[in-house]
Amino acid sequence: MPHDHHDHLSPSGHPFRADDDHPLSYWQTMEIAVRELLIEKGVITAAEIASQIDVMDSRTPANGAAVVARAWTDPDFRAALQHDASVATAEMGFDIGPMKLIAVENTADLHNIVVCTLCSCYPRNLLGLPPDWYKSRAYRSRTVREPRRVLAEFGVTLPETTQIRVHDSTADMRYIVIPARPDGTDGWSKDDLAHLVTRDSMVGTGLPKSPDAPDALA
Amino acid sequence: MGSRVRVRNDMPPGHIRTPAYLRGKSGVIERTLGPFANPEQLAYRHNGEALALHRVRFTMAEVWGAAAETPTDTIEAEIYAHWLEPADAA
Repeated sequence: MPHDHHDHLSPSGHPFRADDDHPLSYWQTMEIAVRELLIEKGVITAAEIASQIDVMDSRTPANGAAVVARAWTDPDFRAALQHDASVATAEMGFDIGPMKLIAVENTADLHNIVVCTLCSCYPRNLLGLPPDWYKSRAYRSRTVREPRRVLAEFGVTLPETTQIRVHDSTADMRYIVIPARPDGTDGWSKDDLAHLVTRDSMVGTGLPKSPDAPDALA
Repeated sequence: MGSRVRVRNDMPPGHIRTPAYLRGKSGVIERTLGPFANPEQLAYRHNGEALALHRVRFTMAEVWGAAAETPTDTIEAEIYAHWLEPADAA
């Protein structure tokens, strides 16, 4: 019985994890030292740092979903997005800063998937913070070598006739995938369509939700 | 656009944004972006030289040879101009 082992199982029946106690690394110590010096010398305030962290945490995939839903319903916007995605999305209030954005469209013949093999480049202003797997060595090394197997592990199996195109985000550009609009959504509003657009569908590791999915209408 | 290029097959030390798995591989320029400051210089607090940044499209067959999962699938990556040479260069 799980509850007979109070010493290594939590009340929910899961094993306790060992505490993550270890000395600070060189770079963690460096970060704290620089941050405290910047505050002591009046360059920035602790409140400004906290507020910037709030800004980072406030960005979610809902931003990207609004962009995708608009591209599905507004042909002029879709053209603007293809022409210069940084400008088109900035006009919606999603400023990407010094980086540049490229939007890549999925079709029946082409499926795009984004990876950063060198680090963790990610369109944070549209998708929020990257998930842990995006930064993992396994995702970064395998996606360029065996994207179909990686996709299958995400539950996406595409026909051989659909070309996979991997985008390695190596430098100054960021990428968002514009997934294909699901069938059966004619006449849907932008807001309803946006609920079908998942984070993974904008990284290319997933597809939008089906309009028949139980959680299609939030 | 459309030019065939080869990524220099060099392994210099330093902060290099050209993935090692693409060095020595040939592809086609999909579009040209920039100019952007050279990150290899910026990393050492030098002024970065303004460089064109090319998005180069490679086939899986070119990158992975016989080990390619699906040879006609493609990879695109951003490569700074100084890492590219015409694909017919020896």
